[in-house]
Amino acid sequence: MSQVSEATPALEAIGIHKRFGGVVANDDVNLRVEKGRIHALLGENGAGKSTLVNILFGLYRADRGEVRVAGEVVNLGRPRDAIDRGIGMVHQHFQLVPVLTVAENVVLGDEPSRSHTMFDFGAARRAVQELGERYGLEVDPEAVVEDLPVGTQQRVEILRSLYRRADVLILDEPTAVLTPQETDQLLEVLRGLADQGVAIVFITHKLREVLAIADEVTVMRDGRVVGSTTPGETDEAGLAEMMVGRSVVLRVSKTPASPAATVLRVNDLCVDDDRGLRAVNELSLEVRAGEILGVAGVEGNGQRELVEAVTGLRSVVSGIVEMDGHNITGLSPRQISELGMAHIPENREKHGLVGAHSVADNLVLNQYYRAPFARRGFRRMDTVTEHSRSLVADYDIRTPDVFTPARALSGGNKQKTIAAREFSQGARLLVAAQPTRGIDVGSIEFVHQQLIDQRDRGLAVLLISAELDEILSLSDRIGVIYGGRLVVVADASDLDRIRIGRIMTTGSHDTPAT
Amino acid sequence: MNIRSALVPVLAVALAIAVGAVIIALSGSSPVDAYRALIEGSLSDPKSIGRTLEKATPLVMGGLAVAFAFKAGLFNIGGQGQLVVGAIIAGAVGYGISDLPWIIHAPLALLVGALAGAAWGAIPGVLKATRGAHEVITTIMLNFVALNLTDWLASKVWREPGVIVRTPRIEPSAEIPRWGEIPTGFFLAVVAALACWYLLRGTTFGFEIQSVGLNADAARYAGISVRRIFVTTMAISGMLAGLGGAIETNGIVGRYEPGFNAGLGFEGITIALLARTHPLGVIPAAILIGAMQAGGSMMQFKADVQPEITKIIQALILVFVATPIIVRWLLNKREADELSVSSTWGS
Repeated sequence: MSQVSEATPALEAIGIHKRFGGVVANDDVNLRVEKGRIHALLGENGAGKSTLVNILFGLYRADRGEVRVAGEVVNLGRPRDAIDRGIGMVHQHFQLVPVLTVAENVVLGDEPSRSHTMFDFGAARRAVQELGERYGLEVDPEAVVEDLPVGTQQRVEILRSLYRRADVLILDEPTAVLTPQETDQLLEVLRGLADQGVAIVFITHKLREVLAIADEVTVMRDGRVVGSTTPGETDEAGLAEMMVGRSVVLRVSKTPASPAATVLRVNDLCVDDDRGLRAVNELSLEVRAGEILGVAGVEGNGQRELVEAVTGLRSVVSGIVEMDGHNITGLSPRQISELGMAHIPENREKHGLVGAHSVADNLVLNQYYRAPFARRGFRRMDTVTEHSRSLVADYDIRTPDVFTPARALSGGNKQKTIAAREFSQGARLLVAAQPTRGIDVGSIEFVHQQLIDQRDRGLAVLLISAELDEILSLSDRIGVIYGGRLVVVADASDLDRIRIGRIMTTGSHDTPAT
Repeated sequence: MNIRSALVPVLAVALAIAVGAVIIALSGSSPVDAYRALIEGSLSDPKSIGRTLEKATPLVMGGLAVAFAFKAGLFNIGGQGQLVVGAIIAGAVGYGISDLPWIIHAPLALLVGALAGAAWGAIPGVLKATRGAHEVITTIMLNFVALNLTDWLASKVWREPGVIVRTPRIEPSAEIPRWGEIPTGFFLAVVAALACWYLLRGTTFGFEIQSVGLNADAARYAGISVRRIFVTTMAISGMLAGLGGAIETNGIVGRYEPGFNAGLGFEGITIALLARTHPLGVIPAAILIGAMQAGGSMMQFKADVQPEITKIIQALILVFVATPIIVRWLLNKREADELSVSSTWGS
């Protein structure tokens, strides 16, 4: 691209329109990405970011508008066209073949061959090594992808694009799956790529990352570009306001907890995962009324099994779970729920809601059989409707009406529906797993405020989250789970981001002498 | 059922009749005459209507059995087995007990037949709940078991003396009477459909069934015992099929004869699909298929069209219901676009 002058953007979208049925996903969207710059595309879920980049990568076709690569109008009918034009994309869900090696994955679809028949593994390995050295992305070319940590797999994805000579790299929420350390490494890699002339489009809704890495920021809301800025001109609050359209409280204000009696006591708990391997190992913890215990940790360290064992969904190998002094180990989920345990499950679509049921039915999904929602086995729909209307109002659930199927709601409103259900049943203990994953800033703010309010009313909260910011801003005490054990539990004020991050990744809380 | 979802089966039937007309014409007969005879034989007078409803009764029950199980996400392919078990047990109660007043004997025979179907249906439910065995496999297997079991019972244990393999005729006190030309059993089937509909719609048990069918994981998380629902739903499904068999024995045939019911349980799958698994939709669907069966012989007699043509039309209906794309294309619905909104829109 040496003949192109510096003023010509590497990638440009002009006046993009895209509708899906009656929904306008992109409305006159313009985006200008310069060579050697990192361009953050910021916006909430449903703002139209993914639609835009899917158009740029040839996955969708715009209804109107044009895409220019290095100043030239292009017709991107399918991803192959985009790849041929030097556009690479790293999807949120990796497109790797887990059982193949790094080198094989990188060259897949464009394999080097000997005399046009035999796959040339040596050439593939050399290509990966050369690319790695050149861009600071060293990965063992012979490692099998499924054995690699997520952050490394992501590097393989980036290498794949670079192997196809991408000079524009689009990353869709690349940090969503990474630990804080991996995130820092990724940001470093991206900076290095930009320095070598690659244009980078970085989709995120995390404000801190934008400020840390971006050269330019484009903010989208409701399918439109609502503003462009640079990190130098704004701060987190400013970006959040652009994103949401009103000023947002980023840190919930809370008073110190006044914890009372112990509600949940877990003693030497051992739980196996689906494969029969030990996932939770002699784990003990306590949560008192009126406090939030945050459990931080990289996903897959036993959080899911811990939650399922506590809520009665998974059988316990050994150990005891007690609530208010009663042994609840081995009780059914319903018995435990009736003793006063509420649960916001990690996977809201799969476990939290019956998507085809109405919002009203979902709001009584675990109460439907009790008075006043039923009498002698017959449902009392008037009461259900009335109850759900008041919850929809109280929790600001945005839905056409309470009879709308829950699956039609946005992620944030789905989560508010679950939160409303779980908060409204007068529980003593709430187990909240990833309660704000993938939802918009406004809903996050709401759910966080609710958690604090309920805590102040004496609810005991066991909060499990992979979002360190969430753990830090909500928890009164923090534990770090690693390899199925709770490595450390301490007052939130005694732990900082760096220390927790280190324990999350190494399982050790010794401070290395540096 | 909203209007649009009802439109698909209606159009599927229309398409099947149209294609059927082409086939009749190709075979050298007049489609108009054939269809006129079909209607004459099934709907023209009280007698033919009675015959249509007689055919439709076990179809309603078989269709309900499939549709009801489907609400819990279960595919009950075992309607045939549950039906013959219910049919032979009801027949045994019908002939084996005498000196009972009608008001007790007839309901008792139906009840025992229904319970036998329920027990037969519960087996795959228990196997799924405890061992994780897939109900499609187990219900198919149990069809063979039921078939051989009832054959054995009819030919050895409860056999009527004589050359024909069948059970003795039931006592008059066990017979379900006719109401003029109309078999009373049909009303029982309609009541069963209404009961299923209300159970699913208005009771906590129905809510549990539907929650399990729509999202078993979320149902479990909400404290519903998915295993219990599997067992009870399969039992009720089997009960519906068994009751269908019992009505057939005690209301129409008067005894159990192996082979007489062949295929009835499988028609239930067609009916349930045509009804889009709505309990009340099962009634018109069963009447339609029942009418085609009832009018088939008249079609042969008057228009010289083999009665098998009704089987072809039935199969075509199934094809068009099962591939709604063709029908939707006719409705000019751009389903693909709508799908993309719900699944991929947003970032």
